Amino acid sequence: MIGAEGASSSKKARISENPVSKNRPYFALVVDDDPMIRRIHSMILKSVGFKVEVAENGKEAVDLFRTGAKFHIVFIDMEMPVMDGIEATKAMRAMKVESKIVGVTSRNSETEREVFMQAGLDLCYTKPLTMAKIVPLLEELQKN
Amino acid sequence: MGVLDNQFLQLQQLQDESNPDFVAEVVSLFFADSERLLNDLTRALDQPTIDFKMVDSHVHQLKGSSSSIGAERIKNACVAFRNFCEEQNIEGCMSCLQQVKQEYCLVKNKLETLFRMEQQIVAAGGSIPMMELSF
Repeated sequence: MIGAEGASSSKKARISENPVSKNRPYFALVVDDDPMIRRIHSMILKSVGFKVEVAENGKEAVDLFRTGAKFHIVFIDMEMPVMDGIEATKAMRAMKVESKIVGVTSRNSETEREVFMQAGLDLCYTKPLTMAKIVPLLEELQKN
Repeated sequence: MGVLDNQFLQLQQLQDESNPDFVAEVVSLFFADSERLLNDLTRALDQPTIDFKMVDSHVHQLKGSSSSIGAERIKNACVAFRNFCEEQNIEGCMSCLQQVKQEYCLVKNKLETLFRMEQQIVAAGGSIPMMELSF
Protein backbone atom coordinates (compact mmCIF):
# COMPACT_ATOMS: atom_id res chain seq x y z
CA MET A 1 0.00 0.00 0.00
CA ILE A 2 1.42 3.33 -1.03
CA GLY A 3 0.28 6.46 0.65
CA ALA A 4 1.70 9.52 2.26
CA GLU A 5 0.40 8.30 5.59
CA GLY A 6 2.23 5.00 5.23
CA ALA A 7 5.47 6.77 4.38
CA SER A 8 5.26 9.21 7.26
CA SER A 9 4.45 6.56 9.85
CA SER A 10 7.40 4.40 8.77
CA LYS A 11 9.94 7.22 8.99
CA LYS A 12 8.60 8.64 12.28
CA ALA A 13 10.86 11.66 11.73
CA ARG A 14 11.62 14.14 14.42
CA ILE A 15 9.73 17.32 13.60
CA SER A 16 11.97 20.37 13.56
CA GLU A 17 11.18 22.80 16.34
CA ASN A 18 11.71 25.76 14.06
CA PRO A 19 10.49 25.01 10.54
CA VAL A 20 12.53 27.02 8.09
CA SER A 21 9.94 27.39 5.34
CA LYS A 22 8.58 30.82 4.59
CA ASN A 23 4.97 29.86 4.90
CA ARG A 24 5.20 28.03 8.18
CA PRO A 25 3.44 24.69 7.92
CA TYR A 26 1.25 23.42 10.70
CA PHE A 27 2.04 20.03 12.18
CA ALA A 28 -0.64 17.62 13.28
CA LEU A 29 -0.45 14.28 15.06
CA VAL A 30 -3.20 11.70 14.51
CA VAL A 31 -3.40 9.09 17.26
CA ASP A 32 -5.71 6.13 16.60
CA ASP A 33 -5.37 2.34 16.67
CA ASP A 34 -7.57 1.95 13.58
CA PRO A 35 -5.52 2.19 10.36
CA MET A 36 -8.60 3.24 8.42
CA ILE A 37 -9.21 6.19 10.73
CA ARG A 38 -5.51 7.15 10.63
CA ARG A 39 -5.67 7.14 6.82
CA ILE A 40 -8.89 9.13 6.58
CA HIS A 41 -7.99 11.70 9.23
CA SER A 42 -4.46 12.16 7.81
CA MET A 43 -5.91 12.74 4.37
CA ILE A 44 -8.44 15.31 5.56
CA LEU A 45 -5.77 17.19 7.51
CA LYS A 46 -3.29 17.13 4.61
CA SER A 47 -5.97 18.41 2.25
CA VAL A 48 -6.14 21.67 4.23
CA GLY A 49 -2.37 21.99 4.47
CA PHE A 50 -1.29 20.22 7.65
CA LYS A 51 1.87 18.12 7.78
CA VAL A 52 0.72 14.91 9.46
CA GLU A 53 2.39 12.28 11.60
CA VAL A 54 0.53 9.27 12.99
CA ALA A 55 0.72 7.14 16.10
CA GLU A 56 -1.07 3.85 16.75
CA ASN A 57 -1.69 4.32 20.44
CA GLY A 58 -1.22 6.72 23.33
CA LYS A 59 2.21 5.43 24.25
CA GLU A 60 3.57 6.06 20.74
CA ALA A 61 2.20 9.59 20.91
CA VAL A 62 3.77 10.29 24.30
CA ASP A 63 7.08 8.80 23.11
CA LEU A 64 7.07 11.14 20.09
CA PHE A 65 6.82 14.14 22.41
CA ARG A 66 9.50 12.66 24.68
CA THR A 67 11.92 12.52 21.75
CA GLY A 68 11.37 16.22 21.16
CA ALA A 69 8.75 16.22 18.40
CA LYS A 70 6.49 19.23 18.36
CA PHE A 71 3.00 19.50 16.93
CA HIS A 72 0.58 22.38 16.72
CA ILE A 73 -2.35 20.06 17.17
CA VAL A 74 -3.03 16.48 18.25
CA PHE A 75 -6.12 14.49 17.30
CA ILE A 76 -6.44 11.61 19.72
CA ASP A 77 -8.85 8.68 19.95
CA MET A 78 -10.18 7.73 23.37
CA GLU A 79 -10.02 3.94 23.18
CA MET A 80 -6.69 2.44 22.20
CA PRO A 81 -4.62 -0.51 23.38
CA VAL A 82 -1.32 -0.12 25.33
CA MET A 83 -2.21 3.42 26.46
CA ASP A 84 -5.61 4.99 25.86
CA GLY A 85 -6.42 8.57 24.96
CA ILE A 86 -7.25 9.61 28.51
CA GLU A 87 -3.94 8.39 29.96
CA ALA A 88 -1.97 9.74 27.01
CA THR A 89 -3.58 13.18 27.32
CA LYS A 90 -2.81 13.30 31.04
CA ALA A 91 0.79 12.27 30.32
CA MET A 92 1.20 14.89 27.61
CA ARG A 93 -0.12 17.67 29.83
CA ALA A 94 2.11 16.48 32.68
CA MET A 95 5.02 16.87 30.24
CA LYS A 96 3.83 20.43 29.65
CA VAL A 97 2.87 19.75 26.03
CA GLU A 98 1.33 22.98 24.77
CA SER A 99 -0.21 21.61 21.58
CA LYS A 100 -3.91 21.90 21.10
CA ILE A 101 -5.23 18.42 21.96
CA VAL A 102 -8.52 17.44 20.35
CA GLY A 103 -10.24 14.26 21.47
CA VAL A 104 -11.91 12.28 18.71
CA THR A 105 -14.25 9.56 19.89
CA SER A 106 -17.20 7.48 18.81
CA ARG A 107 -18.40 7.40 22.41
CA ASN A 108 -21.60 9.38 22.86
CA SER A 109 -21.87 9.17 26.63
CA GLU A 110 -21.61 12.62 28.22
CA THR A 111 -19.86 11.14 31.26
CA GLU A 112 -17.17 9.46 29.19
CA ARG A 113 -16.57 12.60 27.15
CA GLU A 114 -16.35 14.64 30.33
CA VAL A 115 -13.72 12.28 31.75
CA PHE A 116 -11.79 12.64 28.49
CA MET A 117 -12.06 16.45 28.62
CA GLN A 118 -10.88 16.44 32.24
CA ALA A 119 -7.71 14.64 31.18
CA GLY A 120 -6.63 17.88 29.51
CA LEU A 121 -8.32 18.14 26.12
CA ASP A 122 -9.00 21.50 24.52
CA LEU A 123 -12.09 20.05 22.89
CA CYS A 124 -13.73 16.78 21.96
CA TYR A 125 -15.28 15.80 18.63
CA THR A 126 -17.33 12.78 17.58
CA LYS A 127 -15.77 10.61 14.88
CA PRO A 128 -15.24 11.00 12.03
CA LEU A 129 -13.38 14.26 11.52
CA THR A 130 -14.78 16.35 8.72
CA MET A 131 -13.73 19.53 6.93
CA ALA A 132 -16.32 21.46 8.88
CA LYS A 133 -14.62 20.44 12.11
CA ILE A 134 -11.05 21.00 10.99
CA VAL A 135 -11.14 24.28 9.07
CA PRO A 136 -12.05 26.43 12.14
CA LEU A 137 -9.15 24.81 14.05
CA LEU A 138 -6.70 25.70 11.29
CA GLU A 139 -8.06 29.25 11.14
CA GLU A 140 -7.55 29.60 14.88
CA LEU A 141 -3.96 28.42 14.59
CA GLN A 142 -3.34 30.93 11.80
CA LYS A 143 -4.74 33.76 13.89
CA ASN A 144 -2.40 33.13 16.82
CA MET B 1 -32.20 5.47 3.50
CA GLY B 2 -29.08 5.33 1.37
CA VAL B 3 -26.50 2.60 1.86
CA LEU B 4 -23.69 5.17 1.66
CA ASP B 5 -24.15 8.67 2.99
CA ASN B 6 -22.47 12.04 2.49
CA GLN B 7 -19.39 10.89 4.38
CA PHE B 8 -18.48 8.64 1.43
CA LEU B 9 -18.77 11.59 -0.93
CA GLN B 10 -16.36 13.54 1.30
CA LEU B 11 -13.86 10.70 1.03
CA GLN B 12 -14.16 10.74 -2.76
CA GLN B 13 -13.55 14.48 -2.76
CA LEU B 14 -10.28 13.96 -0.88
CA GLN B 15 -8.91 11.78 -3.70
CA ASP B 16 -6.72 13.59 -6.22
CA GLU B 17 -3.80 12.99 -8.61
CA SER B 18 -1.28 12.72 -5.80
CA ASN B 19 -3.48 10.20 -3.96
CA PRO B 20 -5.33 8.43 -6.78
CA ASP B 21 -6.03 5.27 -4.77
CA PHE B 22 -7.19 6.87 -1.55
CA VAL B 23 -10.79 5.67 -1.74
CA ALA B 24 -9.77 2.17 -2.81
CA GLU B 25 -7.31 2.00 0.12
CA VAL B 26 -9.88 3.13 2.64
CA VAL B 27 -12.48 0.75 1.26
CA SER B 28 -10.00 -2.18 1.45
CA LEU B 29 -9.24 -1.30 5.06
CA PHE B 30 -12.97 -1.14 5.76
CA PHE B 31 -13.55 -4.58 4.22
CA ALA B 32 -10.66 -6.08 6.23
CA ASP B 33 -11.80 -4.44 9.49
CA SER B 34 -15.44 -5.44 9.02
CA GLU B 35 -14.78 -9.04 8.06
CA ARG B 36 -12.50 -9.51 11.04
CA LEU B 37 -15.08 -7.95 13.38
CA LEU B 38 -17.96 -9.96 11.94
CA ASN B 39 -15.95 -13.18 12.45
CA ASP B 40 -15.10 -12.12 16.00
CA LEU B 41 -18.76 -11.36 16.69
CA THR B 42 -19.93 -14.70 15.29
CA ARG B 43 -17.41 -16.49 17.47
CA ALA B 44 -18.23 -14.43 20.57
CA LEU B 45 -21.97 -15.10 20.25
CA ASP B 46 -21.32 -18.80 19.74
CA GLN B 47 -19.74 -19.26 23.17
CA PRO B 48 -21.58 -21.21 25.91
CA THR B 49 -21.19 -18.13 28.13
CA ILE B 50 -21.37 -14.90 26.21
CA ASP B 51 -19.05 -12.04 27.13
CA PHE B 52 -21.38 -9.15 26.33
CA LYS B 53 -18.70 -6.61 27.10
CA MET B 54 -16.51 -8.07 24.39
CA VAL B 55 -19.43 -8.28 21.95
CA ASP B 56 -20.21 -4.63 22.68
CA SER B 57 -16.58 -3.66 22.10
CA HIS B 58 -16.55 -5.34 18.66
CA VAL B 59 -19.86 -3.70 17.70
CA HIS B 60 -18.51 -0.34 18.87
CA GLN B 61 -15.50 -0.72 16.58
CA LEU B 62 -17.70 -1.72 13.66
CA LYS B 63 -19.94 1.26 14.29
CA GLY B 64 -16.87 3.52 14.24
CA SER B 65 -15.47 2.26 10.97
CA SER B 66 -18.83 2.11 9.21
CA SER B 67 -19.59 5.72 10.10
CA SER B 68 -16.13 6.75 8.90
CA ILE B 69 -16.84 5.33 5.45
CA GLY B 70 -20.43 6.52 5.35
CA ALA B 71 -22.11 3.11 5.69
CA GLU B 72 -25.09 4.58 7.50
CA ARG B 73 -27.29 1.47 7.64
CA ILE B 74 -24.52 -0.65 9.16
CA LYS B 75 -23.94 2.10 11.71
CA ASN B 76 -27.63 2.19 12.62
CA ALA B 77 -27.78 -1.61 12.90
CA CYS B 78 -24.83 -1.36 15.32
CA VAL B 79 -26.73 1.10 17.49
CA ALA B 80 -29.58 -1.40 17.90
CA PHE B 81 -27.03 -4.16 18.47
CA ARG B 82 -25.39 -2.28 21.33
CA ASN B 83 -28.76 -1.80 23.04
CA PHE B 84 -29.29 -5.57 23.04
CA CYS B 85 -25.77 -6.06 24.41
CA GLU B 86 -26.58 -3.74 27.27
CA GLU B 87 -29.73 -5.75 28.02
CA GLN B 88 -27.72 -8.98 27.62
CA ASN B 89 -30.43 -10.13 25.24
CA ILE B 90 -28.96 -13.09 23.32
CA GLU B 91 -31.75 -13.42 20.76
CA GLY B 92 -31.71 -9.71 20.08
CA CYS B 93 -27.95 -9.85 19.56
CA MET B 94 -28.18 -12.83 17.20
CA SER B 95 -30.85 -11.08 15.17
CA CYS B 96 -28.76 -7.91 15.01
CA LEU B 97 -25.71 -9.86 13.93
CA GLN B 98 -27.67 -11.20 10.96
CA GLN B 99 -28.89 -7.71 10.17
CA VAL B 100 -25.36 -6.27 10.30
CA LYS B 101 -24.05 -9.06 8.07
CA GLN B 102 -26.79 -8.39 5.52
CA GLU B 103 -26.14 -4.65 5.53
CA TYR B 104 -22.42 -5.29 5.16
CA CYS B 105 -23.02 -7.53 2.13
CA LEU B 106 -25.12 -4.79 0.57
CA VAL B 107 -22.40 -2.17 1.05
CA LYS B 108 -19.68 -4.52 -0.16
CA ASN B 109 -21.62 -5.30 -3.32
CA LYS B 110 -22.36 -1.64 -4.02
CA LEU B 111 -18.73 -0.64 -3.54
CA GLU B 112 -17.40 -3.51 -5.66
CA THR B 113 -19.86 -2.61 -8.42
CA LEU B 114 -18.82 1.03 -8.20
CA PHE B 115 -15.14 0.21 -8.53
CA ARG B 116 -15.77 -2.19 -11.42
CA MET B 117 -17.77 0.51 -13.22
CA GLU B 118 -15.07 3.12 -12.62
CA GLN B 119 -12.36 0.79 -13.92
CA GLN B 120 -14.42 0.14 -17.07
CA ILE B 121 -14.96 3.84 -17.66
CA VAL B 122 -11.28 4.66 -17.21
CA ALA B 123 -10.23 1.71 -19.41
CA ALA B 124 -12.52 3.00 -22.15
CA GLY B 125 -10.74 6.33 -21.98
CA GLY B 126 -13.32 8.22 -19.98
CA SER B 127 -13.14 10.01 -16.65
CA ILE B 128 -15.23 9.69 -13.54
CA PRO B 129 -17.30 12.76 -12.73
CA MET B 130 -17.60 13.62 -9.06
CA MET B 131 -21.25 13.28 -8.19
CA GLU B 132 -23.42 12.60 -5.24
CA LEU B 133 -24.15 8.91 -4.95
CA SER B 134 -27.50 7.71 -3.78
CA PHE B 135 -27.81 4.00 -3.42
